[in-house]
Amino acid sequence: MWEYTDKVLELFYNPKNQGVLEDKGESGVKITTGEVGSIACGDALRLHLKVDVDTDKIVDARFQTFGCTSAIASSEALVELVKGKTLDEALEVTNKEIAAYLGGLPEAKIHCSVMGQEALEAAIYNYRGIPLDVHEEDDEGALVCTCFGISESRIRRVVKENNLTRAEDVINYIKAGGGCGSCLATIDDIIVSIQREVTTSQASNNNPGQLAVKALTPVQKIALIQKVLDEEVRPVLIADGGDVELYDVDGDIIKVKLQGACGSCSSSFATLKIAIEARLRDRISPSIVVEAV
Amino acid sequence: MQRNCIYLDNNATTKVDPAVVEAMMPYITDYYGNPSSMHTFGGQVAKAVKIAREQVAALLGADETEIVFTSGGTEGDNAAIRAALLAQPEKRHIITTQVEHPAVLTLCKQLETQGYSVTYLSVNQHGQLDLDELDAALTGNTALVSIMYANNETGTVFPIEEIGARVKAKGAIFHVDAVQAVGKLPLNMKNSTIDMLVMSGHKIHAPKGIGALYIRRGVRFRPLIIGGGQQRGRRAGTENVPGLVALGKAAELELLHMEEATAREIKQRDRLEKTILSLISDCEVNGDITQRLPNTTNIGFKYIEGEAILLHLNQHQICASSGSACSSGSLEPSHVLRAMGLPYTTLHGSIRFSLCRYTTEAEIDKVIEVLPGIIQHLRDLSPFKNDQAAWLQQHEQVLTHR
Repeated sequence: MWEYTDKVLELFYNPKNQGVLEDKGESGVKITTGEVGSIACGDALRLHLKVDVDTDKIVDARFQTFGCTSAIASSEALVELVKGKTLDEALEVTNKEIAAYLGGLPEAKIHCSVMGQEALEAAIYNYRGIPLDVHEEDDEGALVCTCFGISESRIRRVVKENNLTRAEDVINYIKAGGGCGSCLATIDDIIVSIQREVTTSQASNNNPGQLAVKALTPVQKIALIQKVLDEEVRPVLIADGGDVELYDVDGDIIKVKLQGACGSCSSSFATLKIAIEARLRDRISPSIVVEAV
Repeated sequence: MQRNCIYLDNNATTKVDPAVVEAMMPYITDYYGNPSSMHTFGGQVAKAVKIAREQVAALLGADETEIVFTSGGTEGDNAAIRAALLAQPEKRHIITTQVEHPAVLTLCKQLETQGYSVTYLSVNQHGQLDLDELDAALTGNTALVSIMYANNETGTVFPIEEIGARVKAKGAIFHVDAVQAVGKLPLNMKNSTIDMLVMSGHKIHAPKGIGALYIRRGVRFRPLIIGGGQQRGRRAGTENVPGLVALGKAAELELLHMEEATAREIKQRDRLEKTILSLISDCEVNGDITQRLPNTTNIGFKYIEGEAILLHLNQHQICASSGSACSSGSLEPSHVLRAMGLPYTTLHGSIRFSLCRYTTEAEIDKVIEVLPGIIQHLRDLSPFKNDQAAWLQQHEQVLTHR
């Protein structure tokens, strides 16, 4: 059983803002709705906002939610948070605020708060006539997570939009990989490939790392190598049960210790060359050679 | 949650019978000798082990020499499957089903990484196998067929003896995970095609951490756990004497109560099921209602989600399940219901009620009293309703097209 806070349970058992807001032709107000989620994923939210046209304030809000305890509680929390706010103020509400209002959510249920934030954005965009990001591409391409019917295109979009670095983050945002787990390795590969694309793009634009390295002292260079390893390489390896430690730097020869699963993995050479050396070459210098000790 | 809850989650685990507790207690307190010891103090305990083995054998219709005590169903399944493969190193093919317990499925997935090929038989919308598919999969290279007797989620019972006859004709070893069937269906290993069968104590009112593996005499067996020579060298380690005494007593009680309990459970289960179907719209029974365990009903409530139903039931101190207990904590929709091809509309809102011999009419009444209100409340919250179905259909269509 999930560990829910008292606040989550209180709002789940006693929601006060469920239902529909219908347009009754009242002067000075407009009704708008936003829909997100999917029945395949097991949660969906339709948010209804009543907006005072003159003040741009949300004067009432209601929700309809298909989902678990935390999805219903997150919807209730969302409505409580946005009532009385202007639309601009409401757009500032983040999923973290929704989770905080609930006294926290289990990590695997963070996607419920993300759904609230997305529904709010959808409703406000509808109201303002801003075309919604339909993301038709989400339904195209290979199906990665068969448990929840989530495509590679959607995973790529969410990873990019939210700068996600671990498969666990993807689970928390859109559930992909949170079922049987058989696609987690594929999700990791997708993340690595996106990170490579970003790095290559940065390098081809102005490659500040490579330009700066010429002016680096040895100590600064080691610090930069350590920073790239800590921030860009290790999270990916750790997610796969491995790790890497900087051992020594001798000119452009960088010696590292592969640890955990990376140490015993049959593809550790590929990890060394693709995940580590290529990254350091992109970020610091194309002449870098990485060796395992 | 109080201890006196309405417990309708007996496929997950069961209440330990007070008579079982009474039987095992002396082996925790007074008779703590090691059954392998040569002194009389240990010898008394060895006698208790022998009696327990006889009691378990009686429940299975087996000989006591064919019973190996284990820590439970998962160990039994692992031991049986690995033993079957080690005994036939020249064969590299396994057949199982898409709806097995993770104790079998996870091991099969691992074996695939070790050079074995595995055929996962599909099931139809009622959760039943197509035996022609089994015939087509069986080859001379098939070392093992591992198929559950009854499904833990839907209660669907497979035609095990018919399957076994086909398996034996091809010379493969036949392993049956009977964790859910033992104590609910009559078994007689003497007239069976089953080579190895697994049971678990905590599903039949014994404590957790004890189970048994039946190994037909003559079947080549390689132990999973090695060390001392206990249990004829088939499972090393000092025996969990209080646990296996409990298992023996529980087996004796199951044999004693099975006929009467089965009749009562079928009556209660059918009353619960029929009343729910008559009071609540848009719900349906999942599984094969003609070939089903007497104690299980799995009902899909459209347009709402299972965990939300469970928490509302929990408020009324009613315990049920939204799928396999082993999957709780996971976000995954039930792999069993998915294999049956249920639409997502039903899949996420499926609830399993599993009864036992302690279930009372008043408990069934209470579920019938509160469930319609819970379902109505959650449907009132849901955006997916008959009159607002366009969005829902759009989602279902997207999935269908994949």
